Amino acid sequence: MIRTLAKSIREYKRSSILSPVFVSLEVVMECLMPLVIMQFIEVIQREESSISMGTIGYYGGILIGMALLSLAFGMLSGRFAARASAGFAKNLRKDMYYAIQDYSFSNIDKFSTSSLVTRLTTDVTNVQMAFMMIIRVAIRCPLMLIFSLAMAFTVNVTISFVFVALIPVLAGVLVFVILKTHPIFDRVFKKYDNMNRSVRENIKGIRVVKAFVREEHEEQKFGRASEDVCRDFTLGERIMAVNHPAMQFCIWLSFLLIFLLGALLTRNNLSDPVQEADITVLIMYASQILSAIMQLSMVLVMIIIARTSGERIVAVLSEKSNILSPDNAVKEVRDGDIVFDNVNFKYSPTAERFALSGVNLHIRSGETIGILGGTGASKSTLVNLIPRLYDATEGAVYVGGVNVKDYDIESLRNKVAMVLQKNVLFSGTIKENLRWGKKDATDEEIERVCRLACADDFIQAFPDKYDTYIEQGGTNVSGGQKQRLCIARALLKDPKVLILDDSTSAVDTKTDALIRRSFRDEIPSVTKIIIAQRVSSVQDADRIIVMDGGRIDAIGTHEELLAGNEIYKEVYYSQNRASETDVPAKKEEGGEDNE
Amino acid sequence: MSNRTQAKPKVHTFKTLARLLGYLFHYYKWRMISVFVCIAITAVAGISSTFFMGQVLEQVINPLVGNPAQGIAPVPWEQVSDNLFLIIAGMAAMYVLALTASAYYNQTMAIVTQGFLKHVRNDMFDHMQDLPIRFFDTHTHGDIMSVYTNDTDALRQLISMSIPQVFYSIIAAGALLVYMFLYSLWLLLVVIAGVLLMAFVAKFVGSRSARQFVRQQAVTGKAEGFIEEMIGGQKVIKVFCHEEEAKKGFDKINEELCDASDRANTYGNILMPAVMNIGHFVFVITAIVAGILVNLKVHNLAITGWSAGIISTTVIAMFLNMSRQFSLNIGQVSMQINSVVMGLAGAERIFMLLDEKPEEDNGYVKLVNARIDENGNITETQERTGKWAWRHPHQADGTVTYTELKGDIRLFNVDFGYVPEKIVLHDVSIYAKPGQKIAFVGSTGAGKTTITNLLNRFYDIADGKIRYDGININKIKKDDLRRSMGIVLQDTNLFTGTIMENIRYGRLDATDEECIAAAKLANAHDFITRLPEGYNTVLRHEASNLSQGQRQLLSIARAAVADPPVMILDEATSSIDTRTEVLVQKGMDALMKGRTVFVIAHRLSTIQNSDAIMVLDHGRIIERGNHEQLIAQKGVYYQLYTGAFELE
Repeated sequence: MIRTLAKSIREYKRSSILSPVFVSLEVVMECLMPLVIMQFIEVIQREESSISMGTIGYYGGILIGMALLSLAFGMLSGRFAARASAGFAKNLRKDMYYAIQDYSFSNIDKFSTSSLVTRLTTDVTNVQMAFMMIIRVAIRCPLMLIFSLAMAFTVNVTISFVFVALIPVLAGVLVFVILKTHPIFDRVFKKYDNMNRSVRENIKGIRVVKAFVREEHEEQKFGRASEDVCRDFTLGERIMAVNHPAMQFCIWLSFLLIFLLGALLTRNNLSDPVQEADITVLIMYASQILSAIMQLSMVLVMIIIARTSGERIVAVLSEKSNILSPDNAVKEVRDGDIVFDNVNFKYSPTAERFALSGVNLHIRSGETIGILGGTGASKSTLVNLIPRLYDATEGAVYVGGVNVKDYDIESLRNKVAMVLQKNVLFSGTIKENLRWGKKDATDEEIERVCRLACADDFIQAFPDKYDTYIEQGGTNVSGGQKQRLCIARALLKDPKVLILDDSTSAVDTKTDALIRRSFRDEIPSVTKIIIAQRVSSVQDADRIIVMDGGRIDAIGTHEELLAGNEIYKEVYYSQNRASETDVPAKKEEGGEDNE
Repeated sequence: MSNRTQAKPKVHTFKTLARLLGYLFHYYKWRMISVFVCIAITAVAGISSTFFMGQVLEQVINPLVGNPAQGIAPVPWEQVSDNLFLIIAGMAAMYVLALTASAYYNQTMAIVTQGFLKHVRNDMFDHMQDLPIRFFDTHTHGDIMSVYTNDTDALRQLISMSIPQVFYSIIAAGALLVYMFLYSLWLLLVVIAGVLLMAFVAKFVGSRSARQFVRQQAVTGKAEGFIEEMIGGQKVIKVFCHEEEAKKGFDKINEELCDASDRANTYGNILMPAVMNIGHFVFVITAIVAGILVNLKVHNLAITGWSAGIISTTVIAMFLNMSRQFSLNIGQVSMQINSVVMGLAGAERIFMLLDEKPEEDNGYVKLVNARIDENGNITETQERTGKWAWRHPHQADGTVTYTELKGDIRLFNVDFGYVPEKIVLHDVSIYAKPGQKIAFVGSTGAGKTTITNLLNRFYDIADGKIRYDGININKIKKDDLRRSMGIVLQDTNLFTGTIMENIRYGRLDATDEECIAAAKLANAHDFITRLPEGYNTVLRHEASNLSQGQRQLLSIARAAVADPPVMILDEATSSIDTRTEVLVQKGMDALMKGRTVFVIAHRLSTIQNSDAIMVLDHGRIIERGNHEQLIAQKGVYYQLYTGAFELE
């Protein structure tokens, strides 16, 4: 995991190294300063009032110089640590985002959108903070520990063994606390998510809550989740709260021992007494050593928290797209001829049921094909295989006589334009949105496709026309307008195959018919595949495919299907009820028997 | 997001702090007092170590060593050993007390912090349940959510870390001042000068750091917005091979975020070394001044008046230690600046939520289950009878009358605007007789959903009257009014939990059989039984494992199990294919037989069989009548029906 993450440091390697270097220098200064002060005190003690101004100036100069250096080193290390960690986070986000750009649809399905967003934001922030801690504190503390200990030994060897004895005690307590709390906090975060989810659902569904008068029920539900979090969190924090007194215990015990040993050592060896300067300095080192251990344990906790985030980031980085262009890929799409040869498909290898099974189909270039079927009939799944958004599990799909797996993906998708069911406009002007289809499209080209998609009229009615700003999610245009813009965007690609996945559902029937007529008249050579709920949207297609439960139930013209296909008849009559009143009732019962 | 970052918390800092402490004391008065006492004990004990150090030096070690230079002979061990053990025993006793206090307050704070946060969360949530729909419509969900997440987290930092730490440091610093005053006024002046400098630097760097952190937060919000939008549209990006452009846009904002984060953290990182090293300066200057004092033989000035002779090295040593501790404590306080500012800003937003005015309800007419005999006499019962009545107490004479709930809903000349300046419904009058199906047709923003919002009093009308079985709906208790109306919305809003639990949400005491019957009615039974776990399938992530159509079927089942006398269907079947819709419709018609239904639908086929269709345009009813009448009228409805008009 660390190796994968470390790859993203790159140009910030210098800062990442300089930061600990300056930290180390700072530590050196901080540890030397008490030593110089000790000497200074000894001089004062020795010379008393005979001390000269020159001596004072000498020690004062050294000490001030050291403090200045320490300040400079501290600030520089802080500066470099900030740059290194911010840059590291930037590269991590970039690498993840770039990796996601290479994802296939099934990769995207695997991670949900919200989880990808969390990984790109919160998780990166966690890792960034941990990284900064590592290059600053995690280096600083052990160094501080070692230096202070070494210095303490130069002052008084016997007393320094107090530290050697106490360090493992404190470290042991801290490690125990970390080991004990880690699983608790792991659990807490899950419960925390649970609780937050219950708030989110409540806020989103507040109309339902209020309409069903379920306020109390919700309060109880939330109260339980909140209590759950509180219980575990309290437990964890109480164990953590052992840290502080443990640290105080060690510090104070070390004080006691220093005093006691100092006095006893002086008694035993009057020729080499423990000077008061020694005691002063040892006490300073005592607090430095023990607080270094304390800080180290805090860093450790941060690293443990960040570890989960790190794993989640690595999962994104190491996810490999399963749909790649082959070597010597075909770059030309001859025409819009499409063949499904014995295609079976399931979304994941472990899925029990095939989403598509036994599909054999030949669509001739330039044909208009309608696809009809109930919710869950796998209509979208079928067309998703054409621009190779997914790979067929068994069998093969051919476009223009070539297996889709042999195409350069970009060339294939540029010629197979697809308007997705869940379509999205992005914040930006209409023109910017349309140019997704073709980067360098001229205004004339844009207007032409908009006329084809019957979008020109309403765009012209906007005060800013083609420069009208679309809000995020396209909230300032109506559903039907959005769909027509999406169609225009796809048309701008000048495709050989055009797939509309339920893309005119919010468009009124008259405009819907106009769009279809302009397709017929203006782009006759393009293969058009139209998925729809409305029979009227597919009625005049060359052939209509009726899908049911992942299989092709029937293929034929409107008249043929109306004469021979039960499902088609049923759908048709449910939408044209006025024409034959008693048929739907009979068919409903039939439908229930079937299921 | 942008609103949040623009909030200026500084203005009310002290008011918020006072209120927060008041809130904390409200729940944990005695515990907090004992915590503060224990912190004070620990703090004083901690810095008293230096005093004991002085005692050991002055009374034990120095006499033992003696001072040959000044002709002071060493004293034998026996003369000082009692003193030593007395001092050590005194220290040990004090440390035991302090450790006990420390253990107590650390444990108590863990309990208090989490307990208090739980109270805060529960208070917020309970209060939020009482807020009007208007609150939810005027605040983004992200903003409300972040009060529960970011702001509560910031509060946790503030209470569990900053408050004890700051209190500890203030007590310690105060005690140190007293000690220092006891030993030497001159050196104290040096330390105070240093403290002032530290405070100045802390304020200088701290305020910049806070500003940069605010900027970082703003840019983070922007970046999150971008990522959210682009990742949400990732499949479109793939279909259009737009990856390279997406990368370019991302790089730009990523660079900006990196820059903001770099600056903010630089200030944050510099603050500690700056303050600590000023501490070092003070330490050094104290040492120098002490040296000069000794050199000039200046008499030491202490609280005890002119102390004997010049300053002793023991005093210097102690002083150096104390000045170091002093700056450590100031440093600790300055480290808390960010978390205090953020915690208080969070507390302020929490209080803002708690201060939101709850929904008012002056209704007194209640809904009860009723038994109606052949003479039309109504008696109130506890069990469900399928009949309901309005229980109407009369204050004047203390009597109670019952009115049968029939579902007769009439709107008389209703005007309404979400904001008073902008009226969106004009002079709307509707008469829905019991058992009728009333449909609303019109483009987005015509006011269809607004009318349903008024019926169950999510919003209150500005002018006009609404009568429910002849009763002014303002007199009906809101809960009872809403209980009498089932509602199915386009946004299904299912909850995490099993399918069974989600259906049961409609009526909490419904049996499994009743829930299944409702699912059958909504035509959801088939797909549910085909799921691997059937009715026990757990819905997660807003039921993303179901299609939108399936979710709508479940929300219809949920309303069906509630079995309400009046039903509102707001685009309830928009994502269900027409074939299934017919089946659902049939079930619904059976369910709602004899009950009043309000329907909003995009597909005209859904509403054709309505008793009355209201065509709305810009908040006015422009046509009304049944399907045949409206077709004959050849007006807007006719144009819609024939496809000459677009409905959105």
